[in-house]
Amino acid sequence: MTERVATTTGLFPLPDWAKSELSELKGHQKHDLISGTEGSEVEAAYERVREEFIEDQRGAGLDRIVEGQGRWDDFLAHPLAVHDNVETGGIVRYYDNNNFYRDTKVVGDLTADGDVAAELDAATGLLDADEDLQAVLPGPYTLARLATDEYYGDEAEFLAAISEFLAAEVEAFPSHETLLLNEPSLVTDAPDEEFQERASQAIDAVADATDAEVVVQSYWGSYDEKTYAHLMDADVDALGFDFIAGDRDAHLYNINEYGTKESISLGLIDGQNTQVETVETVRDRLDWVPNQIPGQEFDTVYATPNTELAYLPVSKYREKLAVLGEAVAETEVSA
Amino acid sequence: MARDAENRAQFQPEDHPNESFLLTSIVGSYPKPKWLNRVDELAEDDDSKFTGDHLHEAHDDACRLITEEHERAGLDTVVDGEMRRNEMVEFFAHRIDGYEFNGPVKVWGHNYFDKPSVVEKVEYDEPWLVDEFEFTDEVADRPVKVPITGPYTLAYWAFNEAYESKEELAYDLADLVNEEIEKLVEAGARYIQIDEPALATTPDDHAIVGECLERIVDGIPEEVRIGLHVCYGDYSRIYPELNDYPVDEVDLELCNGDYEQIDVFADGEFAPDLALGVVDAHDASVESVEEIEANIKQGLKVVPPEKLTISPDCGLKLLPREAAYEKMDNMVEAARNVEAGLDDGSIDVPVRDAAPADD
Repeated sequence: MTERVATTTGLFPLPDWAKSELSELKGHQKHDLISGTEGSEVEAAYERVREEFIEDQRGAGLDRIVEGQGRWDDFLAHPLAVHDNVETGGIVRYYDNNNFYRDTKVVGDLTADGDVAAELDAATGLLDADEDLQAVLPGPYTLARLATDEYYGDEAEFLAAISEFLAAEVEAFPSHETLLLNEPSLVTDAPDEEFQERASQAIDAVADATDAEVVVQSYWGSYDEKTYAHLMDADVDALGFDFIAGDRDAHLYNINEYGTKESISLGLIDGQNTQVETVETVRDRLDWVPNQIPGQEFDTVYATPNTELAYLPVSKYREKLAVLGEAVAETEVSA
Repeated sequence: MARDAENRAQFQPEDHPNESFLLTSIVGSYPKPKWLNRVDELAEDDDSKFTGDHLHEAHDDACRLITEEHERAGLDTVVDGEMRRNEMVEFFAHRIDGYEFNGPVKVWGHNYFDKPSVVEKVEYDEPWLVDEFEFTDEVADRPVKVPITGPYTLAYWAFNEAYESKEELAYDLADLVNEEIEKLVEAGARYIQIDEPALATTPDDHAIVGECLERIVDGIPEEVRIGLHVCYGDYSRIYPELNDYPVDEVDLELCNGDYEQIDVFADGEFAPDLALGVVDAHDASVESVEEIEANIKQGLKVVPPEKLTISPDCGLKLLPREAAYEKMDNMVEAARNVEAGLDDGSIDVPVRDAAPADD
């Protein structure tokens, strides 16, 4: 029987009090952003943010709890932005959004860092015994695309170094039920022929570092056929599909032509629009997708927003979490 | 097709010191004096005796102060620093029927804006900027530029809960912007800048922006200078398409990226005038006059001096005010120095030297 899991892709909007408090404490300019060595006042503010994020998810009845990544000023580029061998440069656009992050220039060895592990340790300390942690990281291909290499000098070597770096991060993580790798670049900026297999191997290398379930989530589009075919070779538990901004026919084509993993992750709630879906709509979407994939009974169907949630005002983010939790809870009852 | 940019001469001051004329301007926003931020808070506080009228007067004071600060820096065209505006989308969304607000969202780092949601058809109600323009124009000795957030940005930087597509929303908004510009022109405005930073977000939509601009300039006389400001994007995705836009001038952020993208435009065919960003709007360290002179020369790879306008990369509002002022002051000095160098032949104009002889 299929288990339905309500969860998210992480990167939550800071509560409004934290927006003002942290901008007061840190400032507004490029060099004021997170460096990994913040002072105690800033650290304390983020601790309260983390508590609030966890409470939000608890209140919404989500099945996996993420840390919420309040510190990730640079969106998915964060794990590099705080690294000692990475310099942050001018602000650059974050995909096709009205959002920016600092150009992360890799200028030395991507040694193990432990920044994300420390966040997850802190989150673990806030969870009840029966609550499951989900770790969230950028996928290696995405992180490589977001960064600028000024050290390795070879694209393949750079991608491999990023995946080793992420794998080392994961090894330092506390116990987690799921590892979700956000890989939007796999669809917005698909690898060319030479890199389709490498991207899949890089994901594999990160997935190898954990015993948890691994979900690879793409968004803002759909995989091209060959990328998808190679991705199916990666040893992960679920591939994620954006059913809001992506092309659902292209998703279903790939799934039905090449198969998919034993579990699946579905982006069903719009992370970039304030219009709040009804519980019924989400439930319909959650029923509809598996119905289009005859002959496969999934181990787990992860129901998620299609993107990170930092694009939304806090009130709407909370409403959407609640809808997600309720929709999944209802289908669990009716199944 | 680019409009006929012959309307530049009206902005040259009578006492301009050089033969060459590089029009100096700023993009729009400017750091608010600290007391203005405090009175903004007071006005929102229901328990305070500070009223809406008081706030209006405070805004007037701030506009006068900043307009005069721009004149002291020696800018040829001035802006009131957008003292009355909180944010480029929010400000207009409050004035257009059809929007609602649900709280701030992140743009980058700790910079946020109250991204509105469009919940029904947008409609023109009261004029948006006419009072503001009339006040600044009265205060200023120099010509006043009026920045207006463009319809594409007003549509794409809002959540859309009401329209079939954001494209349809953008066209409806473009008609409203046209209505507003007509009113501004009637009030005497001669320099309008349409801010479309969202174009850089979704560069494949350049045709939608083109259609918006066609609607915006419909019926606007040629002596009115129409500029377009775009920033922080991959410009190779909107050039050469922007050559077809019906504008006099395109203003681009290029300093932040250290002119890595200047070659995109240096094909000798850049059609509108170029307003070149020569100081970084997000770095408080003030560029020296010499650095800015070097930056200005980058623009001469794209257009000859008679088509070159000098401005900061973007709105300066996030800088400390002293830094913003020093940047402008150095910028004007650098522009005047480059003009002198052009006059005496010590500065080359690469775009002119490279141009194929067609006669």
